[in-house]
Amino acid sequence: MSTIQDKGRTGYRAFGMPISGVMDRYAFTMANILAGNERDAAVVEMTMCGGRFQFPNEAYVAVCGADMQGTLNGKKIKNWSGFYIPANSELAFGYAVGGCRAYLAFCGGIAVPQAMGSRSTYLRAELGGLEGHALQSEDVLEIARVEELPWKLNELAQSLVPRYTNDLRLRVIMGPQDDLFTEDGIATFLSRAYAVSTRNDRMAYLLEGATIAHKTGADIVSDALCPGAVQIPGSGTPIVMMADCQTTGGYAKIATVIGPDLAKLAQAKAGDKVSFVSCSDAEAVAALIAEKKSYEKAASVSLSKINASV
Amino acid sequence: MQKIRMLKVGEQGLVVEFGTEIDPAVNAQVHRLAKILTDEMPEQIVEVVPTYRSLMVYFDPLLISRESLQDDIARYLAGLETAAAASDTTRIITIPVSYGGEFGPDLEFVAQHNSLTEDEVVAIHTSTPYLVYMIGFTPGFPYLGGMSERIATPRLKTPRVKIPAGAVGIAGKQTGIYPIESPGGWQLIGRTPLTVFDPSAKSPFLFAAGDYLQFAAIKAEEYGALKEQVVSGNYAPVVRNVARTGA
Repeated sequence: MSTIQDKGRTGYRAFGMPISGVMDRYAFTMANILAGNERDAAVVEMTMCGGRFQFPNEAYVAVCGADMQGTLNGKKIKNWSGFYIPANSELAFGYAVGGCRAYLAFCGGIAVPQAMGSRSTYLRAELGGLEGHALQSEDVLEIARVEELPWKLNELAQSLVPRYTNDLRLRVIMGPQDDLFTEDGIATFLSRAYAVSTRNDRMAYLLEGATIAHKTGADIVSDALCPGAVQIPGSGTPIVMMADCQTTGGYAKIATVIGPDLAKLAQAKAGDKVSFVSCSDAEAVAALIAEKKSYEKAASVSLSKINASV
Repeated sequence: MQKIRMLKVGEQGLVVEFGTEIDPAVNAQVHRLAKILTDEMPEQIVEVVPTYRSLMVYFDPLLISRESLQDDIARYLAGLETAAAASDTTRIITIPVSYGGEFGPDLEFVAQHNSLTEDEVVAIHTSTPYLVYMIGFTPGFPYLGGMSERIATPRLKTPRVKIPAGAVGIAGKQTGIYPIESPGGWQLIGRTPLTVFDPSAKSPFLFAAGDYLQFAAIKAEEYGALKEQVVSGNYAPVVRNVARTGA
């Protein structure tokens, strides 16, 4: 499945509107930097399998995230790079071989209208993106015109390219309801490896493995829910909430995956292993700053500023 | 007031928990704090989400540390009961509903289940305004409080695949409106011609958490005309500003 996404729709969560937006913000941001865009320009998020895109006009694009074995007019392209596309070309993707989500950014950005302040697609409310639906055959994406397209290959420094693994270690900040779990329950959560189940999508990743014990029960008086929240329902196995998650929920939340690590989970597929490690606020903020520095580094060696606007 | 707790939600979230019960007085505190933080800290706070008995505060940890934010919130909390309560107002929004018939296929069952007539169910359902404790589940879906237990009815055994936007229903002791077409197991007693959620409007949502909804019965014949007014943009919802009760 492919949808148009940007950094998400903030400001309406008090009205029950999920934030949506890209699942892997690192690959998304890098794709925009490599394409010479503003960092939050709308991109195509492709999951598990990519599409075929025909370009009647010349363009400049960047591809980051899962390797979907992209080809330009039959020739292999470099993942984590920006490159020029001549008029009358075909950019084609296949199945993801490492990771599961790839981001295709177009220099200039995708010129779909904003819906409630964002171009992100939220399928359940048929909102944003291309008339609220996932991309399908024959759809036409309009790309904002750019004065002067770049033409040079723009590769991301190897040190900034993440290595996707099938054994993830995610940092979490414990809470908000860790006090509703037994000591054993907490120990189980922080020591056992969980497997990503086949039930994983833009709303949530359901994990399989050792059950986590609540003190009395899994239900709470519903409160707010955000991407990264690790809910433990009555079954005792974790559900990690993702971009399209509901804004409120009624299961106890043992911990929250920190932002920079949630992007890594977005690349995990069924069968991959996940374990959780507790971290402090200071460590989480340091990780945020490190993430920001990676973007600065990529931007400093990237294309000189392009006159791009949507 | 109960002991207020501040809980961590990742590196950019903080929950201010006022209690563990569903209670209008507790909820009023949530909405007061929401307003203060939205007004006073627009830079550092990304957005707030009021729920039954706690306020989620999303903040930018690169602009303010959790410790400073907690200090600021503690200061606002200290003045919350006195200053804010005096000037605290809320809105009562009238929701016209055509009850029964094709719009409320389960009204008959709700009446039978509670040994009432259909008219009695409608009279009870429209007898008092309901507090919007919070909004969640789907965009615009209100969690309402205050419905009489005399019309409480269990959910359908088999949920419907498609419930139209505007459907008004009962599930257990709860009542609510479906803002967008979705599946669901609520007993449908009527439908409002109002648009609860319109993403293209300047204010996309008809009501906010903390408002009250007053259902008002209309005749089935009136539904079409009202709907036309709503669709053509010529309908102004009936809104009354009142002092917040339950504080």
